[in-house]
Amino acid sequence: MTSLNIASAQAAANVMEDGLLGDPVPLWKQTLKRLLRKRSGQVGMFLIGFMVLVAIFAPLIAPYDPNQVLIGIEDVKRRDPPCVHMLGCDVSRPQHIMGIDGNSRDVFSRLVYGAQISLMIGVVTVTIALIVGVFLGAIAGYFGGWTDNLIMRCMDVILGFPALLLAIAIVAVLGPGIVNALLAISVVSVPGYARVTRASVLSVKSQDFVAASRVLGGSKWRILFTRVLPNALTPIVVLATMGVAGGILEAAGLSFLGLGAQPPTPEWGTMLGTEKDQMFSSPHLVFFPGIAIVITVLGFNLLGDGLRDALDPRLNS
Amino acid sequence: MLGYAIKRLLSAIPVLFGILVVTFSLARLIPGDPCKAMLGDKVSDATCAEFVRNFGLDQPIPVQFLYYLRDIAQGNFGNSIRFSRPVTQIIIERLPMTMELAILALIVAAVAGISIGIFAARRHNTAADVGTMALANVGIAMPIFWLGLMMAYVFGVMLKGTPLWLPPSGRLTAGLSSVPFYQVWGWELTKGTFGAQFAEFISNFYIFNALITQNWVVFTDAVRHMILPALAVATIPMAVIARMTRSSLLDVLGRDYVRTARAKGVPDNKVVRRHALGNAMLPVVTILGLQMGALLSGAVLTETVFGLAGVGRMLVEAIFARDYPIVQAFTVMIATIYVVVNLIVDLSYTYLDPRVRPQ
Repeated sequence: MTSLNIASAQAAANVMEDGLLGDPVPLWKQTLKRLLRKRSGQVGMFLIGFMVLVAIFAPLIAPYDPNQVLIGIEDVKRRDPPCVHMLGCDVSRPQHIMGIDGNSRDVFSRLVYGAQISLMIGVVTVTIALIVGVFLGAIAGYFGGWTDNLIMRCMDVILGFPALLLAIAIVAVLGPGIVNALLAISVVSVPGYARVTRASVLSVKSQDFVAASRVLGGSKWRILFTRVLPNALTPIVVLATMGVAGGILEAAGLSFLGLGAQPPTPEWGTMLGTEKDQMFSSPHLVFFPGIAIVITVLGFNLLGDGLRDALDPRLNS
Repeated sequence: MLGYAIKRLLSAIPVLFGILVVTFSLARLIPGDPCKAMLGDKVSDATCAEFVRNFGLDQPIPVQFLYYLRDIAQGNFGNSIRFSRPVTQIIIERLPMTMELAILALIVAAVAGISIGIFAARRHNTAADVGTMALANVGIAMPIFWLGLMMAYVFGVMLKGTPLWLPPSGRLTAGLSSVPFYQVWGWELTKGTFGAQFAEFISNFYIFNALITQNWVVFTDAVRHMILPALAVATIPMAVIARMTRSSLLDVLGRDYVRTARAKGVPDNKVVRRHALGNAMLPVVTILGLQMGALLSGAVLTETVFGLAGVGRMLVEAIFARDYPIVQAFTVMIATIYVVVNLIVDLSYTYLDPRVRPQ
């Protein structure tokens, strides 16, 4: 009996803590709390936090300017392997912990500045795709009928292409470059957001509070944007987080093929692409940019996983 | 069942049509004069006039589109500007390599992914489970081209001289060549006929060609050259499939009928194999189809890394050379393959799962 009482008291305490009783706790606060309890959420936030800090403090972290050619300034040769004093590299030599690239620049400094570019690419592509996709999906889901049909069939066509291939084709038309690559990746990610938004809006719009708004005489657009959409955003948050990872990977792929960021931009994919033929003689030029991509992409994927669990009410009862 | 198949088939038509519209418009959206864009800035006005007439560019856009549809229906993708050869011929030479790579990668991804997924699910919440899933997460986060380069370095350079050494580039060792099966068998083929083109297409699947002509030296060599690219292309789909198999199997293992089977005393192995696995595979089949896109995109990136002469590398080269007939044709082709594969997956899904089969 006592153990039961203790158990139920504990359960009640948990409920209180979760904010189901007492003062309402905002959704984002609950989510953050649950997220921090999950291993994937912790690791994801740590990795992203790390990359964001690197990007913000790049000028302080990087020992050199990312585009500074070091020949004539220091005693280095093109594609010198990494030299770390702590690991036994001769102290008389200048320290370059990730080596020197084919244009005699410090790889580490380029990598650090590359964090700014990759994060920017991920966030910008997702923002563009999110705005367009959510708008289209919301209209399709809320208005239904031929509007729905027309929008979703167009989305089907975009989904009919393998994403990277369509992005390549778009860049082929617009011309290689980072801005065009960003646009291309945004275009191919729109259908994902449109589909999820539409499904989410469909389930929300039939709920009573929407009907109540309609009875009160709210206009269609007002109801859609102030009542339906805010309540339909949860699954989109997860998709957008993973979308940042996808965007970074696709942009790196385009840059690797020479279709994205152009040299001398210190973009990780470009760094890999320009040095890929030196793989066998100077593997450090390929190894480090790849690791940077993996860490960033992994971070956003894990955060997305964690968010999905944290936002899923079934898993948090 | 047949009715559903036809309905699903018909629903693919608007998508295919849309793909044609998109590729047609893309070529028309190229900024500037199409003649100068394709033939270069120094081209004379007379050549341009002829070019415009040849490609029907003086016609209204809807008429151009109809011409375009007619050509594609006839399998005529025009001539490559760079090579002055029919694009169809280039497809015959290049596509088999990419398909070979994609099929091998799909087999690796499916077999390894499903096995890993089952392994992890059966050890739910143990270190083995957490470890494999962490690895799967890393696998999804890796850029294919980077993984390919790293594998080429490890197996092609670091393991040089050991039996584990694998060739890091090309399709066959220099000196070896793949003799088409129709030459081995002494077939007389008239050049240019459909039969001859088809035979040539099939013979460009080097592994398959070596297998049917029983040329084991070429066979082993071709397989060895494909191992690294196939592993690289397979990694991401493999990780996705492993995760899907695991979560799906865990879901099924928690169902009542599995508990009933266990209560009856069915051995654990048999419960997984006979009772749970069949139902757990359904979502995996869908994922398998969706991964086809990843495989095709992966092939584009991997061919560049491993110096393989497939459609992916050709496409990228064509973009830089502004060889738009190739870009257009290859885009249509890959997208069509993608749509058809997904169609097949959809149909097989209804075949496998009676619940989604319309009555």
